[in-house]
Amino acid sequence: MMQIKPYKPRDWKSHPPYLYEGYRSSVKRAPLKRLVRSKQTLSEITGPIFGHDAVQPGDEDLTRNAGTGGEAMGERLIVVGRVLDEDERPVPNTLIEIWQANAAGRYHHEVDQHRAPLDPNFIGAGRCMTNEKGEYRFLTVKPGPYPWLNHPNAWRPAHIHLSLFGPSFVTRLVTQFFFPGDPLIPLDPILTSVPSKKGRQRLIASYAHDVTEPEWALGYRFDIVLRGREATPFEGGGR
Amino acid sequence: MKQTPSQTVGPFFSLGLTGKATNVLASDSTQGEKIRLEGRVFDGDGQPVPDAMVEIWQANAYGRYNHPDDKQEKPLDPSFMGWGRSGTDKTGLYWFETVKPGPVPGPEESAQAPHINVTVFARGMLVHAYTRIYFGGETANDTDPTLLSIKNTARRRALIANREERNGKAVYRFDIRLQGEGETVFLDV
Repeated sequence: MMQIKPYKPRDWKSHPPYLYEGYRSSVKRAPLKRLVRSKQTLSEITGPIFGHDAVQPGDEDLTRNAGTGGEAMGERLIVVGRVLDEDERPVPNTLIEIWQANAAGRYHHEVDQHRAPLDPNFIGAGRCMTNEKGEYRFLTVKPGPYPWLNHPNAWRPAHIHLSLFGPSFVTRLVTQFFFPGDPLIPLDPILTSVPSKKGRQRLIASYAHDVTEPEWALGYRFDIVLRGREATPFEGGGR
Repeated sequence: MKQTPSQTVGPFFSLGLTGKATNVLASDSTQGEKIRLEGRVFDGDGQPVPDAMVEIWQANAYGRYNHPDDKQEKPLDPSFMGWGRSGTDKTGLYWFETVKPGPVPGPEESAQAPHINVTVFARGMLVHAYTRIYFGGETANDTDPTLLSIKNTARRRALIANREERNGKAVYRFDIRLQGEGETVFLDV
């Protein structure tokens, strides 16, 4: 008999609801029926494991990974952080995928028609892995804020998107982080969809002078917490 | 420590997530029956969602997951990882080329019917949604603990994809309805 050590439930006090009317696109895309609770099995406690070959050298340098030989325009940033679980245990060797707008607030994407310049030396996508201590690091430029059509004069605060897997199917997380002191932060319905003030604050990176490198780039720190494991296992069937 | 809040993938996720195709899970050397899995994602007005992303995670043809926590004595298949990701196109269509998974054990000596674990992301979804795809014609569907936890039988049946033949190949169709009539069962796992 195999023992299943399940993951803690999704913390709905931390995560936004599916439906948040201030974010217009959620209105027709939010599931409205009650979620069906189901017990975790081998299917949920396992998940994809990406080897170090998932990240190529240079993937973590968004200032140069456009491959043009040139460097992206903008304020150079070093972003570091740790990926932890709810019990503060590091999540090692997990893939982080990154995407963002350029310094002028425009995505290298056909859907983005904002009248701001594209930067030929900036794609705005990268990836990195956490090390044994759960630490990650990538280099980029600070994204610009940009307008969107959610409501009149709507602007997204500067943010960087991150996608993480963690050790199982249920530790998956896609999120965004923001920059301290951005005046657009309280006006952003995507961020204000997070139900608690503390939760919203956890999506704001902190300026890290110890990471800042002289004559080179500013440092920011953003730690990420994934679902942790329950203390008690249960019999999971099988042999 | 508290979980980091989820946020939407937004409209531009293809830049970081679906630029490289990862929806072909099976190669010529993969063990098991090759299947195509496809479906469309719809919103609450029945309109296709062209900016959604579907990820799948599944056991191999023997019913074993390629993960250290799966300690079953079943063979691993070196040419099958079991994970895939597909964006949707203008018609809301996603698709995967994979193999039909074998059955994996469930809680307390029960067996689970063969299934594929699914995660759905989209612009407009602040949190991703979990569901499962089961296979039509499996008697184990009648005793699967997750299926039985869905009280409404019509909604339960909607998690079972039916087999079609196309050019001699097995195709399973599974549409995802985010909201409204026929809303897909999403799981709180």
